[in-house]
Amino acid sequence: MRYIEPHAHMVSRVTDDYVDMVASGCAAVCEPAFWAGFDRSAPQGFYDYFCQLTEYEPKRAARFGLPHFCWLCINPKEAEDMGLAEAVIAMIPEFLDRPTVLGIGEIGLNKNSRNELRVLERHVDLAARHDQLILVHTPHLEDKLKGTRLTLEVLRNDSRIKPERVIIDHVEEHTIALVLEAGHWAGMTLYPESKCTATRAVDMIEQYGTDRIWMNSACDWGVSVPLAVPYAALEMRRRGHGAELIDKVIYQNPLAFLSQCPRFKAG
Amino acid sequence: MPSNKQELMTRQRVLDLYFIDARHRLIEIAAFLDRVERAEGAADFRLTVFRQAMRELDREGAERAKRVLVAFSDPTAAPIPAATTKAACGAWPEVRS
Repeated sequence: MRYIEPHAHMVSRVTDDYVDMVASGCAAVCEPAFWAGFDRSAPQGFYDYFCQLTEYEPKRAARFGLPHFCWLCINPKEAEDMGLAEAVIAMIPEFLDRPTVLGIGEIGLNKNSRNELRVLERHVDLAARHDQLILVHTPHLEDKLKGTRLTLEVLRNDSRIKPERVIIDHVEEHTIALVLEAGHWAGMTLYPESKCTATRAVDMIEQYGTDRIWMNSACDWGVSVPLAVPYAALEMRRRGHGAELIDKVIYQNPLAFLSQCPRFKAG
Repeated sequence: MPSNKQELMTRQRVLDLYFIDARHRLIEIAAFLDRVERAEGAADFRLTVFRQAMRELDREGAERAKRVLVAFSDPTAAPIPAATTKAACGAWPEVRS
């Protein structure tokens, strides 16, 4: 079995996780910029983080033969401070030419506030001006449906954005159709307690098809499972799905989306 | 919407694979409600929304997961003035009538 982990926060994982992922068939890992669990006090903190994502973490993964790529942004959880957000967004272009940067992400909304929306629009504009792929985070729990609708409106309102170059992540049963019908890719995040379980993800694959869909672990410092994607593949197999279909969902699909960035290469 | 629906599993097969797990989860929910009832003090909107969401389980149609998620969701459309917290609590506080 081979797979691509399209969304994992490896800076918060131990090295053993890299070993387990490679041993399970992981051919590439992609790491969106995210919230550190605390608010950074200054733009310089993001500069260091972007260096970690583009310099140090690829080296750590390379020790195990695993290609590591990243996405850059300021997370919506830090979007209430517009001054900080604007300073960080202004800093991002100097990193965009680095060899493992895939695009702008994970941008989006958290509590669906006005400033979060403004920062989302700034990120979308940044992506459009620099012709970057976009990875969108959708809000948690009760905020997801509204946040997904607001996000789709922002993307729809910017005529420079090509829907097929945007992946909207963390979809669930009440948001997946909205995302696919808008022409975007949909990411299903496999978490033990929130977002989506493997069984529900496979339910959605059976209902909505395998086009423009991927699965990811989004493993970070919270309750999460770095091997969630291969475990979901086992769930597909348990139900009788064939190797070809499983390969499409966990390898070919992320490969197709991510290869829109010429820098992306699976191992 | 394209569908990948395949005749992979009969209802019997679904029951064979998932009945014990679903039974376990249902008992956990029952025990949770018992625990809430045995406890002292007032509950809050989360319990009210939870009970509303449970009603979706008994309704016809194969969109129960979607309807339960919608039952917990903020139905409004306008952005809020400012975020006062980073966390979500799992249920929208304004209980629907």
